[in-house]
Order: sequence, then C-alpha cells, then structure tokens
Amino acid sequence: MLLTDFIIFVLSLWVGFEVISKVPATLHTPLMSAANSIHGIVLAGGIVIAATAHNLVGYILAFVAVAFAAMNVVGGYVVTGRMLKMFKRRIAPVPASPAVEASPNGKAAA
Amino acid sequence: MSGTFNTVIQLIYVAAASCFVLGLHMMNNPATARRGNQVSVAGMVAAIVATGALVIHGGLIDATGWIVIAAGILVGGGLGLYTARTVKMTAMPQLVSIFNAVGGGAAALVAIRDFMTIGGGVGASTSVPTLLDVIIGSVTFSGSIIAAGKLQGVVTSAPVSFPGARIVNLLLAVIAVGFGAYVIASPSMVGLGVVIAAALIFGVSMVMPIGGADMPVVISLLNAFTGTAVAMAGFVINNTGLIIAGALVGASGGILTKLMADAMNRSIGNIMIGGFGSGDAIVAAVGVAGAGVQSIAADDAAIQLAYASKVIIVPGYGLAAAQAQHEVAALANLLESRGVDVSYAIHPVAGRMPGHMNVLLAEANVPYPLLKEMDEINPEFSRTDVALVIGANDVTNPAARRPGTAISGMPILDVDAAKSIIVIKRSMGHGYAGIDNELYTNPKTSMFFADAKKGLAQLTASVKTLVG
Repeated sequence: MLLTDFIIFVLSLWVGFEVISKVPATLHTPLMSAANSIHGIVLAGGIVIAATAHNLVGYILAFVAVAFAAMNVVGGYVVTGRMLKMFKRRIAPVPASPAVEASPNGKAAA
Repeated sequence: MSGTFNTVIQLIYVAAASCFVLGLHMMNNPATARRGNQVSVAGMVAAIVATGALVIHGGLIDATGWIVIAAGILVGGGLGLYTARTVKMTAMPQLVSIFNAVGGGAAALVAIRDFMTIGGGVGASTSVPTLLDVIIGSVTFSGSIIAAGKLQGVVTSAPVSFPGARIVNLLLAVIAVGFGAYVIASPSMVGLGVVIAAALIFGVSMVMPIGGADMPVVISLLNAFTGTAVAMAGFVINNTGLIIAGALVGASGGILTKLMADAMNRSIGNIMIGGFGSGDAIVAAVGVAGAGVQSIAADDAAIQLAYASKVIIVPGYGLAAAQAQHEVAALANLLESRGVDVSYAIHPVAGRMPGHMNVLLAEANVPYPLLKEMDEINPEFSRTDVALVIGANDVTNPAARRPGTAISGMPILDVDAAKSIIVIKRSMGHGYAGIDNELYTNPKTSMFFADAKKGLAQLTASVKTLVG
C-alpha cells in the first residue's frame, strides 16, 4: 500500500513539474494561488477525521482542520478567479454599452 | 458491493486529480486560465462530495461529526470567501501565506488526530508519513504566519537574528526529527507534543531572519512545504486524491522557489540563513552618489516621453508600495494614444511574490500582452528611446554584471542600453542590497525626484498640457 502511494506521489511530482514549467511568469501569482486552492483538498482529510471522532478532543481537532481547509479551498479559488478576471488582452476603448456612446463623456472613461 | 463502491470513489478521485492537472495546464495562457480555474473547482467539488459519500458509506460518523463538518465549512468557508473578496491586490502575498498556513495546519491536524486514534504501534509504514506530515505541516503553519506578519508589517520585515541563531535552528531540527524517530519506535502523546512544539518554533525561527525582499522565495518554499504536508496527509489516511494534489502543489512551489532564487542569483540555503542586506559592512561611501547625478523636471521628462517612439516602463516594488499602479497605467494610456509604443519590463522579483507585479498592473487595466518577461524585453532596450524606471533599484544596477559586488551575477534588466533613462525616485537611497546604483550616475540617466504616485500624475499632466 505504502509503495503504491509512493509511486503515485513521485509520478504526480513529475506531472506537476512538466505542467507547471509551462506557465508564463505573468501568471505566477494566480498559479500559486490556484495551487494553494488545490491543496485545500486536505478538506477531505478533515472530513475523514471528523467521521472517526467520538470525543471532545476529536471533535475540536476535526472542526479546526475542516475550518482551516475550507478557508483554504474557498478563499483560494475565489481569489484566483478574481485575479484571472483582471488579465485582459486589450481594454475595450469604450467599456460602456453602445447606447452610452452618444454621450459626450463616453470616451473619458477609457 | 462495498468493493464496487470503493472503486467508484477511487475513480472519482482520479477524475478530480485529472481536473487539477488540466486546470494547471490551462494556466499556461491567460486566455484559458480562467476556464482552467473552473475546471479545478469542478474537480474539487467532485472530490469533496465523494469523500462525503465515503464517510456516509463507512457508517462511522455520528450526528456531532456532521455538525462539526458543517460548522467548520461555514466558518472557514465564510472567512475564506470574505478575505478573498475584500483583499487588496497589493496584499496578495499575505493572503497566499495565510492560505499556506491553514493548509499546512489542517494537514498536520489530520496526522495528529490519526496518531491519537491509532495510538501508533502500526509499524513504520504509517508512522513515517504521519510524523513527516506533523513536522512539515507545523513548520509551514508557524512559518507562514510569520511570513504573512512580515509582509503585512505586523512583524518587522527586517531580518531578525541573534548570535547562535543557526545553532538554535539546527538544535530544533534535531529535536523534531529525533523525537519523531523516538515516537515512531515507542508511540506517546508527550513525544508527539515535543515534536509539534519543536516544529512550530523552528517555523518561526526559520522565517524571522529573512528580509522582506526575499519573501518571493520564502512564500514559494512554504507553498511547496504545504503541498508536501498535504501529500503526507494523503499517505496517512490512504487517500489518492490528497497524494496527487499535494504532489502537484509541491512541484509548483518547488519550481517557483527555484525561479525566484535564480532571479536573485542566490541559493535557497543562502536565503534561509538570511542576513543579506542587514550588515553595515558594505561601504556606502563610494563618493559618486550625489555627484554626477543629473535631475530633471516634470516638464522636461514629459517632452522626452511624449516625443519618444518607444518607451519601456520598468516597475519595481516601490511602485506597488506607493500604490501608483493606476497612475502608471494612465500615463502609459496617454502615451499610447499618441502612438508611442509602450511596454513593461517585469523582473521576476519585481513584487513580493512570483508574478505579483503582473497582477498589480493587470488590476490597473494594463493589457497583459504589454507585460514582458526579462528575457523577452532585454534585447529591446537598445531600440528604446526612453526607459522609465519607477521604484525598481537593484534589478537595474549594471554593477551586477561585474564580479565583486553584493549583487554580482544577479540577472538584471538591461535598462542602461536605452537611449535615455528617466528614474522616478524619492531620494538617492539604496536598494535592498545596500549598494549604489551605477545606473543613476550614467550620463544618459535623469533623476526625477518625486514620490512615485505624485511624480507619475505630474508627468501625465505635463504630457497633457504639452500636447494639448
């Protein structure tokens, strides 16, 4: 069992190296943030220990683990999405809808 | 029946892991990156739902367990959602550090709880990963909190060290590993407690001596640690999803650590030992500073910029610290509308974490094709009329090309190749390395002494009046 797990671990490392070395420097912050949300999968671990907890200490440890991991996974994905949304190829000259274009100040916003 | 169920769960984990890999792969281009993030989210939801099903199927969980899970998700998720929505982009490194801390902490807790349940005595096959998880997770937890504190300015960003600090660190590491081995041989909660305490203190004493400008390396390294801790947690509870996801993050953090250390021409060990810019040993009195430096007024700088055909903007951390991203974008837009070819030269360590400067400029609506990496932009400086340096110092210092200086060998932006150089700077102060920047005494260089934000606003106003 340990050996199988270890093989999976090592191969995943190599896949990670391959995939991530192709990410451009421009996206390194969102990349790290995305990787951050992926390690939030430790939430699954939190759920498993909550399932086997049957005393106060167990419940407290499970609660903290689940809360930490949930913060990690939710916050990580939301902030990654927020950052990636800002990366634009070109800024539209007039961001407002065509109807506003008639207004004299329409261009000032750009 | 149970066999089939487990097979289905395992297949869902494989699908989730595939989503993570695909999601990371799609981040190789800004155009597909958002979709990639969504693919990754889908994988995560599948993995969590599958884990829930696994727990129900196991039939062990009691009602309190469900309440604990629900409460944890509500509290943690709510907190995560709130911080992710409200965080300023300049504070991204702190947030990533906090997420590293909680991820590492959660991984350590999984191992601690598992150790308590089984009470050890199950042989090295589970115990070694358990102890590794506890140690790495605890170090990441306390280290990341200190890193976040330094970035936020709650903890001093200056390197904090004392004589014998290295010996203390070494001692802590020996205690953590030594007691870890002891606990594997004869499991005891007290022994585990010693391991946890030593690892937590080690995390603090590891990050304290590291200066603010080295943060890109530290954050990347702690990110790699968190990934590894999560993978170890996967070994502990025998969950393939955690192992794969943790390994992917470990690889990502590892690559970024290497890239950041290379960009500063320093070994990771050198950074962890710390104390780079902290010594007064570097003699500042070269005598050139002040003499041979020519200053320029806003109007003259504006003339150069307005009538240039190609301008490269070189932003550094000073730009972010002055919150001047929007001002620089406004000036660039104005120049572009006059037909000037404007691009940005981004050094890998221009911010406080890998790629930080790109995010700050993207937030200021700078189109990403204009953001150029060092290797891409360096050949272009010789064809550039004006290089506008804002808040960048050491990464533009030609002294790095010669041996024998504090920054020798560090890859730099070839700003001095431009036909004319304008540096916006508040004073003749030193960069992080504590040495004079030879760029400032270059005859082609004019210093525009101003705060980045105000100076850029002045330049924009001057260009506007100049061209009507």
